[in-house]
Amino acid sequence: MAKVVLKLGDDVSTDIIYPGRFMATVLPSETSQYAFADLNDFNTKLKSGAIAPGSVIVAGRNFGCGSSREQAASCLKAPGLVVVARAFARIFLQNSINLGLATIICPTIEATEGDELTITRTEVVNETAGRHFVIVPLPAARQAIIEAGGLIPYTRQILIAAHRR
Amino acid sequence: MGMTVAEKILARATGQVAVHVGDVVEPRVDLAMSHENAALVINQFVEIFQGTGLPVRLWDPGRVAIVFDHRVPAESPKTATNQKKVRAFVTDAGIVRFHDVRGDEGGICHQILPENGYVRPGAVVVGTDSHTTSHGALGALAFGIGATEMASVWALGRVLNLEVPATIRVHVAGAFQPFVGPKDLILHLVGLLGAEGANFKVIEFHGPTIAAMPTSGRLTICNMTVEAGATSGIVPADAETERYLREEAGVSEAPVHVVPDPDAQYTREISLDVSDLPPQVACPHAVDNVKPIDAVRGVPVDQIVIGSCTNGRLDDLEAAARILADKKVARRTRLLVFPASGRIYRQAIELGYVAALASAGAVVMNSGCGPCLGVHEGALADGDVALSTTNRNFNGRMGNPKSEVYLCSPAVAAASAITGVITDPREGRH
Repeated sequence: MAKVVLKLGDDVSTDIIYPGRFMATVLPSETSQYAFADLNDFNTKLKSGAIAPGSVIVAGRNFGCGSSREQAASCLKAPGLVVVARAFARIFLQNSINLGLATIICPTIEATEGDELTITRTEVVNETAGRHFVIVPLPAARQAIIEAGGLIPYTRQILIAAHRR
Repeated sequence: MGMTVAEKILARATGQVAVHVGDVVEPRVDLAMSHENAALVINQFVEIFQGTGLPVRLWDPGRVAIVFDHRVPAESPKTATNQKKVRAFVTDAGIVRFHDVRGDEGGICHQILPENGYVRPGAVVVGTDSHTTSHGALGALAFGIGATEMASVWALGRVLNLEVPATIRVHVAGAFQPFVGPKDLILHLVGLLGAEGANFKVIEFHGPTIAAMPTSGRLTICNMTVEAGATSGIVPADAETERYLREEAGVSEAPVHVVPDPDAQYTREISLDVSDLPPQVACPHAVDNVKPIDAVRGVPVDQIVIGSCTNGRLDDLEAAARILADKKVARRTRLLVFPASGRIYRQAIELGYVAALASAGAVVMNSGCGPCLGVHEGALADGDVALSTTNRNFNGRMGNPKSEVYLCSPAVAAASAITGVITDPREGRH
């Protein structure tokens, strides 16, 4: 089971996830210190190591709208967070798949902070509320990137294959 | 079955007769643009080659463009060091389309690309910036991607596993009222569609209002299509596109015109008439929280910004200069102006716009993104209200989550600078 550590609404922008003033920091190993920098309580907990890997952020529709900044995905990936949202904005979802951030599309998800979730291949079970929510699979076109472990290893495979031909 | 403009461009870029919504394609890229975040792209690019024994090499240095604009001049040692690293890479890799921090060649990427003739109708353009949608103004299919995806493009020259997007057709008729224009149209459309209304979709613009609109205005509307979540906004190339390329971008060869088939399939069709459209304002803290100006008239503003990739072009500065000529910026507010490129800055000097703005009390800054994304050049105090011609007003966007940002046209911004409160530029001018 995984605990919901942050509950957010619709249209959470990348300016909330990773404010623009920290964009000069690019290394994925360094970005998590600024994750949700303006949500002081959550950012403080994350930095202090009080949030276990595998913990879940639950959000509404259009999560990650706005900027293409990849730090918004890398800052959540490094601490091992999982994002369950009713829907994601295009560029954020793509960045997450490319970097291997766990993103779950769950159009009817209902949960509050502190709830315990079990995530299977097909559904999110809110164990606290005793309710089941169906998962929409990530786009089929992206499966090869996911299976390769992200876009860097996937691109590397293609380069090597092209070179061998 | 007929094709939309996006489908036609993707068919051509993949060497196919036809592609349709939902097909998975890998289009070759005609132009790959990055700004300061090239520093991250370089890291990811080098990592791709690790352990392969292959040389770290761009697929085509001639199709890569890098423009410094987000933090110019560098606001911190960290940014300066990132920029230095990118400069070294640019030299090593042989990238010619590089625009450094300079008053002659520099500026905001979404102005530099069109004004230098890098963007052509029918091209596939990708950029590590969400407002790459801007370049659809020239009939290209242009969309934002992340840094890792750009690294993959740098290595392979194509976008991997792209689903052909559905298209929303928007038909616009009517003549704008005085002091109303493209920014008001796109704010109205974003309000209509909502922040998610065009997610994973392309918006294709048609109609007499679009035909009569100069490329500068088309750049404004395509720029903000991403605020409805759109992958791209496209104005199919026409006579105005040809004029712009020839007269303003120095392109001599005739462009291809990619137009949709009469039986192209659209996921939604929207028809708008702008004849009675009043100035529009996006209110805190969402770009789709759009209201007619009457609903917010009189709201006091502490700082006004005119500029950005959305509204820093010559006609934007002209509109502001005409309103502010022989007037004064109200004592209770500050007006910051950011021309979209060095070229526009110099033209604005020659035409007297800079003098008119500065004499009125505006601070005319260097070309760049400035305070739009909350990095530097105009921080807001706790409780400040900003009125800006930029494209986003999310909480904290301009760097302070305890401030509020309203979005508007250059005309509304300039009229409001005189009064210090949100003001309808049509007031007293009928």
